[in-house]
Amino acid sequence: MIPTPRPVALALRGLSKSFDRPAVEALDLTIYGGEFYALVGPNGAGKTTTLRMVVGLLRPDAGLIRVDGMDALADPVAAKQITAWLSDEPMIYDKLTPYEYLEFVAGLWRIDARTAEARAHELLDWLGLAPNAHERCEGFSKGMRQKVALAGALVHDPKLIILDEPLTGLDAGSARQVKNVLRERVNAGGTVIMTTHILEVAERMADRIGVIAGGRLIAEGTLDELRHKTGATAATLEETFLTLVAEEARAA
Amino acid sequence: MSRPDTLVWLAGHELRLGWRDWLALMTAGHRRRGRTVAIALVIFGVLMHLMAWSMVARYAKTGMMPDKPTLVVITGTLLLSWSLLLSQAMESVTRAFYSRSDLDLILTSPVSPRKVFSVRIARIALAVAALAMLLAAPFINMLAFLGGAHWLAAYAVVAAMGLMAAALAVALTVALFRLIGARRTRFVAQIVAAVIGAAFVIGLQIAAILSYGSLSRTALLQSHWLVTRAPEPGNVLWLPARAALGDPLALIAVVVVSLALLGAAIAIFSVRFGDHVIAAAGVAQTSVRQRRWSKGFRRGAPARVLRKKEWTLLIRDPWLMSQTLMQILYLLPPAVLLWRSFHSGTGALVVLVPVMVMAAGQLGGGLAWLSICGEDAPDLVASAPISARRILWAKVEAVMGAIALIFAPLVGALAFASSRAALVAGIGILVAAAAATAIQLMFRVQAKRSQFRRRQVSSRIATFAEAFSSIAWAGTFALVAAGTGIALVPGIIALGILLGVWLIRPVSA
Repeated sequence: MIPTPRPVALALRGLSKSFDRPAVEALDLTIYGGEFYALVGPNGAGKTTTLRMVVGLLRPDAGLIRVDGMDALADPVAAKQITAWLSDEPMIYDKLTPYEYLEFVAGLWRIDARTAEARAHELLDWLGLAPNAHERCEGFSKGMRQKVALAGALVHDPKLIILDEPLTGLDAGSARQVKNVLRERVNAGGTVIMTTHILEVAERMADRIGVIAGGRLIAEGTLDELRHKTGATAATLEETFLTLVAEEARAA
Repeated sequence: MSRPDTLVWLAGHELRLGWRDWLALMTAGHRRRGRTVAIALVIFGVLMHLMAWSMVARYAKTGMMPDKPTLVVITGTLLLSWSLLLSQAMESVTRAFYSRSDLDLILTSPVSPRKVFSVRIARIALAVAALAMLLAAPFINMLAFLGGAHWLAAYAVVAAMGLMAAALAVALTVALFRLIGARRTRFVAQIVAAVIGAAFVIGLQIAAILSYGSLSRTALLQSHWLVTRAPEPGNVLWLPARAALGDPLALIAVVVVSLALLGAAIAIFSVRFGDHVIAAAGVAQTSVRQRRWSKGFRRGAPARVLRKKEWTLLIRDPWLMSQTLMQILYLLPPAVLLWRSFHSGTGALVVLVPVMVMAAGQLGGGLAWLSICGEDAPDLVASAPISARRILWAKVEAVMGAIALIFAPLVGALAFASSRAALVAGIGILVAAAAATAIQLMFRVQAKRSQFRRRQVSSRIATFAEAFSSIAWAGTFALVAAGTGIALVPGIIALGILLGVWLIRPVSA
């Protein structure tokens, strides 16, 4: 029997971007539908730059970005329609309530009002924001703001969710809620790509892990595959990561 | 170096912060621009001195006697400036209450809060006095140069006025805190500051309109009616004016009174200032529950939800409301003139057109900055499935819609008096606002909404272009309303400004 090819949620080919120096260099990456992919790397490795190019916030110098088979550089609007982006610094409007914020996001993504409202109620309940749904966000803690932003990212039911350090600054309870929500999305067939410095999270949640350093993908695979690559089969992801980065630095 | 925890040490710290704050304001954070800024300041200073020379030369050369008409005019002018200083001081004091910056560090340190806030109030007073002296400098310098050194006494009068304004501003703001609480004070103090800043000049204009049918604010001060009713020259009311004219005893009295008032304000209010700052900090932690106007999500295209979001944020922004209120308050005198002209049928309506066009240009620029540059969730909007062009258009529509809403009642009222003037004013308002918006578009840089007060820092070219564009369009439509073909000249200048701005716009914009 011929195996069914897995649908590709995101494909990057030869993606490059330079500022004062190269930030991302000829990056090739394939992420499949229904996958939880963690992108890890040291500070300044090019993780955020890569993801910002994927969601259309930065224009690459060279390369190709395909989101669900669509050329995201040629038709960014179509690619954005099925993508959600959540940055490490939650960008929400202080003077809007979570309810108003979700209504705004649903409008931007052209979601039917009735569907969006039902989904908004579900998300607000799910994330524990229902009691604050009609309070302005200006008095919210970092964790609450992050949850509002996450609700905004999910209200339009995206196929591809891209998150940059979504757990930074969250307390244990909030972090657990966010992780649960993301796992639910993957179980429902969505694709999640996440950068994180918390390697335990990547180790526990990700189906595959990509290690990026100096703007290049230096290793990729499941945790076991990465361990095999370093030759330390019982190592934690942290030990594996540090070994891979050190080898790359030596090679450079 | 002084010992830490002393008033001198704290004052040194405050002065250093104040200096760096001013430097950042002047150079927009680019330290290499220092030389360019210095040259620009010198050129600006020379231009201001030339302007001052044209205004005060005749008074300096002929000399001024401390007679009643002179004292009335000088006192009126001083009161006019003082009301603006008081407004500025109130804004500074309110900001000192609500800005967090280094207060967390200071209030958790073992330094006496009383000392800290004594120095902080003094810093506000010094900043207001310095600003007043800076603004008055070209006039005082030209008077001293042409009329004699005794005019330099005016510097001390202006500084004393700044200190008095700061003392009263602290008292008023603390009184507001005690009367209406920390939450409401933030908004109300801004409104009060705007009203105080505009009230005196507007009052003079309205009185002049009602009495003489003129928008000139000096008409009332020079009127026979006021001079005959004013107190005799020996009255204590004229002390500041006499001091400005070089009377040494009056000068000493004014300076002593101002220092005493500031000292009293520091002594009385620095003790409680810390408590009020902590109360103000608590405001940020409390939640504002929003009334729900609709029962559910509304259907809407992306452009519509973007416009709605912009309008909601504009309405809920207390700082913007006070800025806007100030501009709208300045429209009151033209409105009164309109009302009078409507009854008397005079040709003064033409005067209204440039005032409205100018105000629309300025307000349009501010709203455009908030909407285009002050986007607090740029990533969200940029990652939405809408083209960048459509997003910008929706924001421009939001600005133009707000302008139309604000000016529609005035233009409507004008239409009752003269449909032609209303048509010209309406077109002028839209053109001036659109031009200011276009300038903001060409020089757009991403910023936080909270930086609105310092929006001129991001681009001085945009700030000046916006002001000159508004002036040129005001001139154009005033001449169109007057029915003269000379309107082409300022019109071409206005278009030239837009073209010039387009040619030198940053590449990324």
